[in-house]
Amino acid sequence: MGDFLLVTIQVDMHDQLASALQDDLTNKIAKVNAKGVLIDISSLDIVDSFIGRMLANTSAMARVLDAQTVVVGMQPAVAITLVELGLNLSGVHTALDVEKGMEMLRRHIGITELDGDTSASD
Amino acid sequence: MLQTETICVAASGDIVAVRHAVRRQAVKIKLSLVDQTKIVTASSELARNMLVYGGGGEVTLELLQEGVRHGLRAHFVDAGPGIPDVNLALRDGFTTGNGMGLGLGGAKRLVNEFSIESTVGKGTRVTITRWR
Repeated sequence: MGDFLLVTIQVDMHDQLASALQDDLTNKIAKVNAKGVLIDISSLDIVDSFIGRMLANTSAMARVLDAQTVVVGMQPAVAITLVELGLNLSGVHTALDVEKGMEMLRRHIGITELDGDTSASD
Repeated sequence: MLQTETICVAASGDIVAVRHAVRRQAVKIKLSLVDQTKIVTASSELARNMLVYGGGGEVTLELLQEGVRHGLRAHFVDAGPGIPDVNLALRDGFTTGNGMGLGLGGAKRLVNEFSIESTVGKGTRVTITRWR
């Protein structure tokens, strides 16, 4: 894929692990100059405020590094609980599954490149 | 009422242990998947609060039966500094730490019953219940 990073979270993460993932991922984005990041959370059976904050922070840091983040595969029960908890993950893009998330990233990057072309021809 | 399980919370890995224990008990009384998720999430928030603000503590889980109703109750007890203004602490966005201030108020919204007793200098006890 080259331009995209795919992260699959497969364990119930304790807080330090979630923080470490956030740091690792941010470093990796810069290192490989990733344009898109997919975080697959389909194995997570809860997202509490700490993990929610980790997702929001990662997404914000990626944006500063010129990469788009899409969180994919959130289970419906997790989504319901998250909203009731008061966490709306504003600023975090989500998609139903990896495939749809990938489409979203391609579209986003296509648009960005198009913008670049337009400004170059001006 | 039957006391089932007590978990000590002294490190962040113990929050994961609390989540797993609550899940196990919630499955035992056949809570729906959404209700399981809600009480597990609420417990995760409260266990973290206890660790971050109360210096750790104990979680006790109880299975309840009232007639045909089954319920899961969790007590979060610490001997920390206590909360001077409980109503303020329950408000969304209020935090003295570096969290988002969703813990107490958010946990309250996820359960059927919620109570909190706190004495400054003595500690805090939060009790939540989810009924099937």
